[in-house]
Amino acid sequence: MTTIEIDHTSRWFGNVVAVNDVSMTVGPGVTGLLGPNGAGKSTLINMMAGFLAPSTGKVTLDGALIWRNEDVYRQIGIVPEREAMYDFLTGREFVLANAELQGLDEAAAQKALATVEMEYAQDRKIATYSKGMRQRVKMASALVHEPSVLLLDEPFNGMDPRQRMQLMELLRRMGAEGRTVLFSSHILEEVEQLASHIEVIVAGRHAASGDFRKIRRLMTDRPHRYLVRSSDDRALAAALIADPSTAGIEVDLSEQALRIQAVDFGRFTTLLPKVAREHGIRLLTVSPSDESLESVFSYLVAA
Amino acid sequence: MYNPTVARLTYRALLGRRRAAILFVLPALLIVIAVAVRAFAGADDQVAANVLGGFAIATMVPLIGVIAGTGAIGPEIDDGSIVYLLAKPVKRPTIIFTKLIVAIAVTMVFSALPTFVAGMILNGNGQQIAVAYTIAALVASIAYSALFLLLGTVSRHAVVFGLVYALVWEALFGSFVPGARTLSVQQWSLALAEKVGGEGAITSEVGLPLATVLLAAVTVLATWYAGQKLRTLKLAGEE
Repeated sequence: MTTIEIDHTSRWFGNVVAVNDVSMTVGPGVTGLLGPNGAGKSTLINMMAGFLAPSTGKVTLDGALIWRNEDVYRQIGIVPEREAMYDFLTGREFVLANAELQGLDEAAAQKALATVEMEYAQDRKIATYSKGMRQRVKMASALVHEPSVLLLDEPFNGMDPRQRMQLMELLRRMGAEGRTVLFSSHILEEVEQLASHIEVIVAGRHAASGDFRKIRRLMTDRPHRYLVRSSDDRALAAALIADPSTAGIEVDLSEQALRIQAVDFGRFTTLLPKVAREHGIRLLTVSPSDESLESVFSYLVAA
Repeated sequence: MYNPTVARLTYRALLGRRRAAILFVLPALLIVIAVAVRAFAGADDQVAANVLGGFAIATMVPLIGVIAGTGAIGPEIDDGSIVYLLAKPVKRPTIIFTKLIVAIAVTMVFSALPTFVAGMILNGNGQQIAVAYTIAALVASIAYSALFLLLGTVSRHAVVFGLVYALVWEALFGSFVPGARTLSVQQWSLALAEKVGGEGAITSEVGLPLATVLLAAVTVLATWYAGQKLRTLKLAGEE
């Protein structure tokens, strides 16, 4: 049982606040750190990894401060986002060096290489590796000492679907073994597939926390906005506003369209075509106008 | 205090990079000069002292020191690969100390050894000149490595600062401003050479006791401070 605790932690760089008063507890199992690019995910992971001091608050591993404490690395394994590694080494030499720095030997290195299925290319220079291969060797270097905590910063970036599935399988297995696995991603589907628990970070703030069903519900239950064009906008607007699933309708004269805000997403999507047919109105355009992840996140922050 | 794995990685990083070519070029140049001078001027103590003092000690040793000292850690910090060392239960001062040992060894091999060979070629160690300058190069290797390793730890422009110190301060400024010579690794190491070399063959601006104290102080302080800086090294800045 190893737990990372972030307690009222902020981090700023000059005038820019990257992480703003975040508190969370990351325990055994797979946790996904979800947020748009630039939300502060890397800053948060860097503080959990002991590479960055919190400006205020504290980050601890089972009660011990992580910053300036080299001993935590007996329990933590880190897969950084940056590509740079010792390119002039072979994969095997690199993982072996990592094992030795943990006080382990060749056997540990070979085991880690086998875990990520990189034995076939272990004697090639890292410089010749593809992005997915590099990612797996990085993973092996983090696994040599079988850490109880694994921190991964955007591990799926640049991976092809098969590599992604393999890594997900591996992380799932580690979570099931009772290890604390935390990975960051800006892609909801990725997080949803893998993480039993999700922490959402937006603009440096802790926006939401829970299992994927809860996060999903927050996202689908939010007001949806649609842009609708029809053969008779005003008649359609009048018919729709009568139903409680519609919270507001605006006639956009410049666009020659209706801007509709729906509060009950499921009900509205069945209502719209039904109402149109009953009134003999032809629907010309129905498009969601704010489906970008950022707008979903901004809704979550307000919630 | 010394970690063989860190040392191995550092050696390979230092000697595997393109920059390492300078490590071979400068000593080769010194040997070529020594052979040419000996061939044209014959064995002459004063000429030997001029070549070793003017090129080997004043230019080559500090340049090799810059390459080895900053190269032992700077590129790893620049590209972020140092996380693989930092994310380990290894004391940060141990990482610095190990890298210092490697930088010293590399600087000694590529500067003191060629200095000795060149000295033997120039005048066959007459008046102990070859040995004296070799000792100066060995001592200077230690202090330069420590200084430039610190520079590589604290600055992303370590090579530039290192070159400015080595070429502008040590070589140029020192020749015009007497005070600058007191604060010069080169002069401190020459203070040792002065004692070894024949009477009046080598001169230093600094007395031996002061030189010894300054050499030791600079080496110890620079290494300690680099260890402290590495403990609080910030690897972020991408967001």
